[in-house]
Amino acid sequence: MGLFVKRNKIEAEQKGFGTRQRNKIRLIMLGIFILAILAGSLDYPVLWDRGVNWLNSNLSLGFPYFYKLPFKLGLDLQGGTHLVYVADLNSIEAKDRDASMDGIRDVIERRVNLFGVTEPVVQVNKAGDSYRLIVDLPGVTDVHQAIDMIGATPYLEFKEQRDQAETDAILAKQKAGDAEALKTDAYFKSTALTGRYLKKAQLAFDQTTNKPHVTLEFTDEGGKIFAELTKINVGKVLAIYLDGSPISVPRVQEEISGGKAQITGSFTVEEAKQLAQRLNAGALPVPINLISQQSVGPSLGKVSLDKSLKAGIIGLIAIAGFMIVYYRKNGALAVLALMVYVILNLAIFKAIPVTLTLAGIAGFILSIGMAVDANVLIFERMKEERKAGRDFMSSIDEGFKRAWPSIRDGHITTLATAIILYQFSTSSVRGFALTLFTGVAISLFTAVVITRIFLKYVYRSS
Amino acid sequence: MFIVHRRKIFYILSGTLVIASLVALFLWGLKFGIEFKGGSLIELQFKQNRATNQEINEALKDLNLGEIIIQPTGEKNMILRMKEIDEDTHQKLLEVLKSRFDIEELRFEVVGPVIGKELKKKAVTSVVLAEIFMIIYLAWAFRKTSFVVKSYKYGILAAVSLLHDITIVTGLFAFLGHFANVEVGLTFIAGLLAILGYSVNDTIVVYDRIRENLLRLREKENFDELVDRSLRQTLARSLNTTFTTLLALFAVLIFGGETLRYFMLALTVGIASGAYSSFLASFLLVDWEIHRS
Repeated sequence: MGLFVKRNKIEAEQKGFGTRQRNKIRLIMLGIFILAILAGSLDYPVLWDRGVNWLNSNLSLGFPYFYKLPFKLGLDLQGGTHLVYVADLNSIEAKDRDASMDGIRDVIERRVNLFGVTEPVVQVNKAGDSYRLIVDLPGVTDVHQAIDMIGATPYLEFKEQRDQAETDAILAKQKAGDAEALKTDAYFKSTALTGRYLKKAQLAFDQTTNKPHVTLEFTDEGGKIFAELTKINVGKVLAIYLDGSPISVPRVQEEISGGKAQITGSFTVEEAKQLAQRLNAGALPVPINLISQQSVGPSLGKVSLDKSLKAGIIGLIAIAGFMIVYYRKNGALAVLALMVYVILNLAIFKAIPVTLTLAGIAGFILSIGMAVDANVLIFERMKEERKAGRDFMSSIDEGFKRAWPSIRDGHITTLATAIILYQFSTSSVRGFALTLFTGVAISLFTAVVITRIFLKYVYRSS
Repeated sequence: MFIVHRRKIFYILSGTLVIASLVALFLWGLKFGIEFKGGSLIELQFKQNRATNQEINEALKDLNLGEIIIQPTGEKNMILRMKEIDEDTHQKLLEVLKSRFDIEELRFEVVGPVIGKELKKKAVTSVVLAEIFMIIYLAWAFRKTSFVVKSYKYGILAAVSLLHDITIVTGLFAFLGHFANVEVGLTFIAGLLAILGYSVNDTIVVYDRIRENLLRLREKENFDELVDRSLRQTLARSLNTTFTTLLALFAVLIFGGETLRYFMLALTVGIASGAYSSFLASFLLVDWEIHRS
């Protein structure tokens, strides 16, 4: 009697545990489903938006469209130019070299932006003792013009205030929509003084107030022009323009002879230092030489993108076909998990963003192989456990447990090679390393978490 | 036994392939692309008929470009390789060609010799670094079975099988370089490292099975029998995984366009060799242990 009661109690406990377990599985399934929908919508928002259109026209609840984020394509896929310069820093003291490079980078970034390039990348790269400047210009195929623009001396100029009447006239014309007037600056006009006459700019501190300012030193000729300019502009402001935009607008207190000027203002030490740096870079650019160049025409990029996408899809279909034919029901589940894997991966490419290159797509396709491998390992292990007489549910857990060390070791070593590869700063190799890394990392998640839950969900009743 | 007693066949096959690869490397060496040795590359597309190599040489004769290697690719494309040229020369070259042929420039690359040298050094370091990492990681991951087989042996033999794969792939490219002008660029190095990752993965799966079987050692089973059993147990996995990975790679090899072709070839050969060499690594483990006892 007592024994009987006890057994009932255990059965009841097991049953309770079973339903709790089942609820947990359902909850995780739901979570994966939502995750996949969100990631899928990020990959391909058109479907979400269509659904929203349909919902809104029927329910008028005003659901929002999905967040649009483009894939970031590398130069080899969208066309563009990659330039590597080496800076000649022989004339610069070792301690000032980093600062000079930052100065050059700023100048070139401004120039490139002026040129209307979307998302240019300008970065400084130190290789041994030599300083490099890497400039990526997506969409720019007129390399000749791009190189000219970057190589040219940055443009520093001083501008004086226009007369009030002149300003009013231009403003009135601008209001009327005069195309010529719209292009002119209503408040300032150019003078003869440009960066050509600047000898040196320096950060200094006011003797009495201790405030930072920037001192300018002109060449002899520049000093004369400056004296003339300040003489006629006493009491007015004189604007300092760099590459077409004003960086400082000091007021002239008196005529300044002797070829020296200072820019005071309410800036911090850091700002003043940066200004001096920019002025020096603008006036005395460190010579840079082009040492490497790559340009890909837009048509080649398009062809490469189409072909590799097609190849990727064919590869996926082939893998899916094999998995279903060989592993039947389990294979179909693995294919489902693989689809979640692809969706998550693409969403991460957009979100980080990972710059996709041709080699990067290859890395992604290769990582699919890795993701499949984890599943194959587990299925083979499950088969063995079944043969040894286990029931399905426990063979799932045992199969995962036994396959885990191989999966872990295999993934870690592949992640390590991806990290080593990332050390190459070349974009094609870096792209490959990045997609291989994210792919392998996500495969660890999908194979171990998602496939397992799918299996448990499908076989929960047996 | 299933396969371990036939390991001599594997040794002979691998020995032949490795020696052939080394001979190819010594005789011809690798043909380095401009990324490694510096130089220029121009890819052109002809709108109508593609010009012949002589016509191109004839057209560019006056520009003093030194030796120009001209290689037709695809249906209408052509790749020209030459010494490092500056932007002005590049423009002049295009002008000359455009005046004679109806062409579009698809791609232009110039690499200075400094960068090339740097990359070569980096490439070698990264392959060596990866190998060392694998040895250390495997020695650590297999430390628990040290009481039967010293764990450093797994690391060293896995590294030997990796060297085997890399040698064969590099040998193949020395061969292709000599007979088909195939150049070795940066993506080749990326391929080599990816092969390292995959090949070690195959070896790990088999070694992991050996490790597991060792921990639950059956009575009266010799080490070679145990390795044989482990190989048999992992065979389906090895074949299936390699097959699916190769499916994906073949898709890119066939449909993926010219640019990726040789990168994919390196990966395909390397991954196939990696699956094969996981057997080799196991056989070597058997012989090392037998030799010891």
